[in-house]
Amino acid sequence: MAGTSLTVLRRVRAMVGPDAAVDTDTAGTPRVAPRTEEACALILQTAASEGWRVSLAGAQTWVTPEAGADLVLSTTGLSRVVSVAPGDLVATVEAGVRWDDLRRELADAGAWVAVDPPGVGRTAGSVVATGTAGPLRSGLGGVREQILGLTLITGEGRVVRAGGRVVKNVAGFDLTKLASGSFGAFGVITTIHLRLRAVPRADRTFVLSADRDQAVQAALAVLDAGLLPAALEVLSPSAARRPSWTLAVRLVGNAEAVEALGRAVAGAVTGPLEELSVEPAREFWTGLAAGCTAGPVTLRVGVLAAALDDALDLLAHHLDDTWVAASPGAGALRWNGTAVVDRLRLFRHAAAQRELPVTLERGPADVRGRMGIFGAYREGVGLLVGNLRQSFDPAGILAVPLSAAE
Amino acid sequence: MALTTQALDAITAVVGPRWVRLAPAQLDVYASDGLPTRFSRPGAVVLPGSREELIGVVRVLAHHEIPFVPRGAGTGLSGGGVGDADEIVLVCTRLNRILAIDAPNRRAVVEPGVVNVRLSEAARPYGLHYAPDPSSQSACTIGGNVAENAGGPHCLKYGTTTSHVLELEVVLPDGRPVTLGSACGEPWGPDLVGLFVGSEGMFGIATRITVRLLPLPRAVRTLLADFSSIRAAGEAVSAIIAAGFVPAALEMMDRNCIRVVEASIYAAGYPVHAAAVLIVEVDGPDEDAVAAESAGIEQLVRARGAGSVRVAVDEAERARLWQGRKKAFGALGRLNADLLVQDAVVPRSALPDVLERIGTIAAEHGLEVSNVFHAGDGNLHPNLTFDRRQPGDLARVERASEAIMRVCIDAGGTITGEHGVGSDKLRYMSLVFDADTLGAMRAVRRVFDPLERANPGKVVPVHQCSEWRGQWRARRGAAA
Ligand SMILES: Cc1cc2nc3c(=O)[nH]c(=O)nc-3n(C[C@H](O)[C@H](O)[C@H](O)COP(=O)(O)OP(=O)(O)OC[C@H]3O[C@@H](n4cnc5c(N)ncnc54)[C@H](O)[C@@H]3O)c2cc1C
Repeated sequence: MAGTSLTVLRRVRAMVGPDAAVDTDTAGTPRVAPRTEEACALILQTAASEGWRVSLAGAQTWVTPEAGADLVLSTTGLSRVVSVAPGDLVATVEAGVRWDDLRRELADAGAWVAVDPPGVGRTAGSVVATGTAGPLRSGLGGVREQILGLTLITGEGRVVRAGGRVVKNVAGFDLTKLASGSFGAFGVITTIHLRLRAVPRADRTFVLSADRDQAVQAALAVLDAGLLPAALEVLSPSAARRPSWTLAVRLVGNAEAVEALGRAVAGAVTGPLEELSVEPAREFWTGLAAGCTAGPVTLRVGVLAAALDDALDLLAHHLDDTWVAASPGAGALRWNGTAVVDRLRLFRHAAAQRELPVTLERGPADVRGRMGIFGAYREGVGLLVGNLRQSFDPAGILAVPLSAAE
Repeated sequence: MALTTQALDAITAVVGPRWVRLAPAQLDVYASDGLPTRFSRPGAVVLPGSREELIGVVRVLAHHEIPFVPRGAGTGLSGGGVGDADEIVLVCTRLNRILAIDAPNRRAVVEPGVVNVRLSEAARPYGLHYAPDPSSQSACTIGGNVAENAGGPHCLKYGTTTSHVLELEVVLPDGRPVTLGSACGEPWGPDLVGLFVGSEGMFGIATRITVRLLPLPRAVRTLLADFSSIRAAGEAVSAIIAAGFVPAALEMMDRNCIRVVEASIYAAGYPVHAAAVLIVEVDGPDEDAVAAESAGIEQLVRARGAGSVRVAVDEAERARLWQGRKKAFGALGRLNADLLVQDAVVPRSALPDVLERIGTIAAEHGLEVSNVFHAGDGNLHPNLTFDRRQPGDLARVERASEAIMRVCIDAGGTITGEHGVGSDKLRYMSLVFDADTLGAMRAVRRVFDPLERANPGKVVPVHQCSEWRGQWRARRGAAA
């Protein structure tokens, strides 16, 4: 049913004209980067009626397109910061904006988004579609907490404008949540309304060198003391890029509050906290974000604080604990490394028995296809997800391997 | 399908005769949710006593294809928890157990009928609390909060209900229980918890709710600042947020509201001559930190025209300031026979203009308006008092409400920030959303409820939706 790549290329070119950049990617798959929402919708409408398998892509620094796609639909042509309203602390950006560029532009306006996503050079759309939050998720919430609304173009080419540009909004069902973190299964996100914060007046980072047990205990002690640092990470040596396991704490806010929190954290842990000065602190956190793409596979594992130790044991047993960044306050950890599908599957299976959800955030296309991003669902959930996909992508053209069965 | 004797008998067999209400006087207790423009007697009211009974009832309803309306405490204010004569109202208030408080992991598991404030009370001995604190928290249920994505004064800093719900057991309209999300908060698939929160009873019934608890703040300080104009107070709100302060709460009350509260048993010592007051609460890791934050805010509001700034000296005074705020709606209720509590949102910077416009609209319609609201979020509650027995009053209130909604939308805002669409705001949905977006909402609803039996006719104006052709695998008359 699908056309050859040449016909696809030709048709797409004729259809969108100057409203899109068209080329082929390194794998020889036709790639189109629309510059307008209308062009994007038109491409998806055509793909749906022609039955072209479409793989959604951003800057392709996080994952590569799905194998066997007829067309790669890239958001890189949608790269404008549409508006920044520092007074209302809201920004509207197109999905192809690079996160780092956005961060810089917001900083000029005295604002920031409280997300420090893993990876380098990622687009806003990729961060939202995959729901990949970084260490700041501990104290400031996940990606979903920073999204006020978005435009989603469905697999049928319908334009859905979810949410809005205000910080509180219960008008209608929360389609923003459905689109965030679903890896593009319901369509391509083209525009995002972000909740901003004023740049904090104080931003300090502390580290504690320890062995694994001590680092975990220290993190739990901070939580038990009723403290909520912006970031509270238990890091393996290669994640921290330091000789030992590390507890890393980031505090943001007004100077007095950060000072007081710093004292309270120091009082809660045993062992000396070392403060990193501005530049080393910045390098520490950007190094951590960059590090989780060193190996080909990145997993996100949901884990309750009290079960962190067991989860780390489980990882070490089935995979390894070389690159691990755990956020016990946020109930999640991230693992990066190399492993064959069978081992990953065994780990996911063992984890599921302990109620630890394992999300394949990143991996080569064949691993994604064989494992599924989420693996098996809980009873009854698969039917709901399947019917949701039917509604948003009735022709089944969006190549997103949510579960292993596909 | 109709509410047959056969169906009622089957329901009675599940819950017992005492918990099936049929007499008109009994039904009238459930005929309203505080929205003065909607009073509607349901066909029957059923109050299951356990999760199992609830599932049993939902299965009977599925078998007979009877539409139903889930209901908590009935404080919704948007007509959401109200059913018509061919519908059954399914009340969750007897499912009111706190099933677990897991202090080390800062989690609690509750049944839907647990009253909001009870959860925070139960968590307090562990140094924890449940952050979303609607002003109705002494009455409303966590199930209702989930269905509405309820907010509250402290949601400014801590986020609304959706940021605090981790895992949900939901009984779908066909009677099947499914568990969405996970206790650690990872969605375990697409974010169906986030999708369910705010679904206003139209996706099924939340029967078991796992929420995040937060540590109690170590230090708190509450300020009361008064202003000689609403505009100045509104501008101060924007200035506080834009300056990077993150107050735990930032609420506003106007003169009408202040006077009514001061004349009630909830008198909090608000200055009756002020045009508006702001209640600002800051919390933090210790007294020094909150002192610094509150000093900064005090300085800022003074520069923005605050007359006096009072800092609550002790817990008793703080509680009094909050009580006046949280009971303001109740006090307003005594102004006239009826009170319409409106709910809308605007960008914070639009507050001064929009508040002025609302004043004008009320005057043009010959109505009295009182504002008491979550100013830090731009979440307005312009309250209109009237007497529906007076000819023309109701029509004027409806017209004024619509005018207010249009002003808020034009300012870049929306038609509800926390009370939901229910039946009240149905007619405004197409002012905010286009046909495809409304179509998407309906399509999602039909994934959970293919026959559209759960809380029918609410939230989505079906005639304004574009047609979606998804193949929903309906399970007609699933296992009874
Ligand atoms: C004085 C006053 C002050 C208020 N202040 C606030 C405030 O500050 N913030 C705020 O957000 N709201 C506020 N409200 C509105 C209201 O209290 C909230 O919306 C609350 O969440 C409703 O809870 P309830 O138990 O009363 O639900 P109901 O009114 O009984 O039901 C509300 C909706 O939820 C559905 N529902 C109920 N239980 C379930 C369940 N278990 N599963 C699925 N669906 C269910 C119903 O079908 C209905 O659509 C206020 C109301 C009053 C009267």
